Amino acid sequence: MQRLKSSITLLGLGLLAASPLAAADPAPTQVGFVYVSPVGDAGWTYQHDQGRKEMEKALAGKVTTKFVENVPEGADAERVVRQMITGGAKIVFTTSFGYMNATEKVAVAFPNNFFFHATGYKTGKNMGIYNARFYEGRYLCGVIAGKMTKSHIAGYVAAFPIPEVLQGINAFTEGMRSVDPKAEVRVIWVNSWFDPGKEREAALTLISQGADMITHHTDSTAVVQAVEEKHKENANLYSFSYHSDMSKYGPKSCLTGTTHLWGDFYTRVVKEVMAGTWKGTNVWGGMKDGMIKLAPLNAAVPAPVKTLVVKLEKEIIAGKLHPFDGPVIAQDGKELVPKGKSMTDAELGGMNYYVKGVASTLPKN
Amino acid sequence: MAPGLVSAVLFATVVAGTPLILTALGELVTEKSGVLNLGAEGIMSVGAVAAFAVTIHTGSPLLGVLAGMVAGMAMSVLFGFVALTLQANQVASGLALSIFGVGLSAFVGKPYESQTLESVPPLKIPLLSKIPVLGHALFEQQALVYVSWIMLLAVAWFLYRTRWGLVLRAVGETPVAAHAIGYNVLRIRYLAAMFGGAMAGIGGAFLSVFYTPLWVEGMVAGRGWISLALVVFATWRPLRVMLGAYLFGGAMITQMFVQGSGLRLDIPAQFLSALPYLATVVVLVLISRNRSTIRLNSPASLGQPFMPDA
Repeated sequence: MQRLKSSITLLGLGLLAASPLAAADPAPTQVGFVYVSPVGDAGWTYQHDQGRKEMEKALAGKVTTKFVENVPEGADAERVVRQMITGGAKIVFTTSFGYMNATEKVAVAFPNNFFFHATGYKTGKNMGIYNARFYEGRYLCGVIAGKMTKSHIAGYVAAFPIPEVLQGINAFTEGMRSVDPKAEVRVIWVNSWFDPGKEREAALTLISQGADMITHHTDSTAVVQAVEEKHKENANLYSFSYHSDMSKYGPKSCLTGTTHLWGDFYTRVVKEVMAGTWKGTNVWGGMKDGMIKLAPLNAAVPAPVKTLVVKLEKEIIAGKLHPFDGPVIAQDGKELVPKGKSMTDAELGGMNYYVKGVASTLPKN
Repeated sequence: MAPGLVSAVLFATVVAGTPLILTALGELVTEKSGVLNLGAEGIMSVGAVAAFAVTIHTGSPLLGVLAGMVAGMAMSVLFGFVALTLQANQVASGLALSIFGVGLSAFVGKPYESQTLESVPPLKIPLLSKIPVLGHALFEQQALVYVSWIMLLAVAWFLYRTRWGLVLRAVGETPVAAHAIGYNVLRIRYLAAMFGGAMAGIGGAFLSVFYTPLWVEGMVAGRGWISLALVVFATWRPLRVMLGAYLFGGAMITQMFVQGSGLRLDIPAQFLSALPYLATVVVLVLISRNRSTIRLNSPASLGQPFMPDA
């Protein structure tokens, strides 16, 4: 049935293209999304799906969207992307790093379609890439942590030592130590993007070793929940969420979070493609572009800290503050960025070290 | 290490090991009857979602655990029908059950995706929980932790000290002989598989109601497979199953404490993460390196279908 439908669609497209009226084609453009995990209620994929819905709303009547969730990275992804195209999709967004090669292959095979790959680095005539400066939100969370910690220890539950995760850890550390030079950040690598049990154990381990500001770069809500539970025993124990606003999992203890907002970006590029004005995309957007935002601050954050965060947020948006403004000192004491300079995007992209203030040892590859 | 820290490590070790013990004990009994059910991951998932749903609707973790148990049994009956009654290949049916269970749990769990439970307060055992260091770690645990110990003793006693345990083992060794002296091999295998399903269901319930009181798709995260491996590495001995489960949990928790201590150790975190698997395999291989005891303990007809009139 699906195949029949898609061949009818293809036939229809062919007829439309042949007719002189094709320019005034009122048929909605179909946009496909490929997700690496189930949409769920919070997390990486959930945020992309929110973006999809916003785009669909903003371009109501002009687009239809569809998505496939839980697509493994690798050969399966290529099949799914191909199916989307043959099923009538004009534009496909692939939202995980591991889809890079699959997306590229299909993009070459279908030169009249458009492909956008999140967090990768391969572009083409009809393939764009996009990513967000998650570390900007991390820096601000670090500032709040530095202002609110009593033990001067923060705990970080992390998945894998790749640049994106290290940017987050280092930005959080820089932010925290900008207001609390005594602070240290301890990292536990759980070597898994998603294992609520392990994530929870890691959070509890950090808490029992004195950390009172906890954050995570993994996909579940387990860390925020574990902190909420332990908050009953230690009133100065707080968490910062990632990907999504997870305050409903930690109403008392989740201070804020770094949230990803893809809706405006999706709307923008889909519009460009539809209008025929698209000329390649290589977007690495931050707070300035509305792609990163802090979740609403918890009432537990004191007013002066709130004021400071709002001020810093404005400075980041205005480009006056960069989380990796020099001097940036590596864990071993080496100066990475001198005073007066900021880290370049290329340097950020290749980050493979801890900055000073991270107490743990970085796993080597 | 400070006593508080030792106690915290032990406490977390026991918690991490419990779902493995529950599931592996069930699988051990199933395998002792000659049935190889590789569906543990799927059964745990279904048990977890059933327990979570019932707990959230009734507010009773006890009913939740019962629901997990019943759901696990239902899954194993399904397996039994395919692999025992219809005599399909047990390995293939078990793998299919795993995939089916994980998918089914995701489907059934959709409406519960966003919800969380209040954490259940631990069950303190009077007097014993006052023992320094060990008291907190061993006797201020969730009720299911004590259940796992009781089940361990019960399974060991049943298998090696009762007549029916002997029958069950006979069915696993030589079903033909058991059949010849009048035992209903199929029924006994069904019952053993159902016990395995019930235990895996309880293991899943422990995860979603007690361990991380939430439901998310994929939250079992491989614990079913680890339980299956534990049974083999423990050479089908109940006490070794417990040893292996705690060793696994303990190595995982200890490496986290090492990472979280802020000490600058030059050990790759990937190695530390692999440590639980390595340690468990190495220790269990060492204690069971005697080939003849492995042959003695592994059920001779494991995975082979039995047709009464063949």
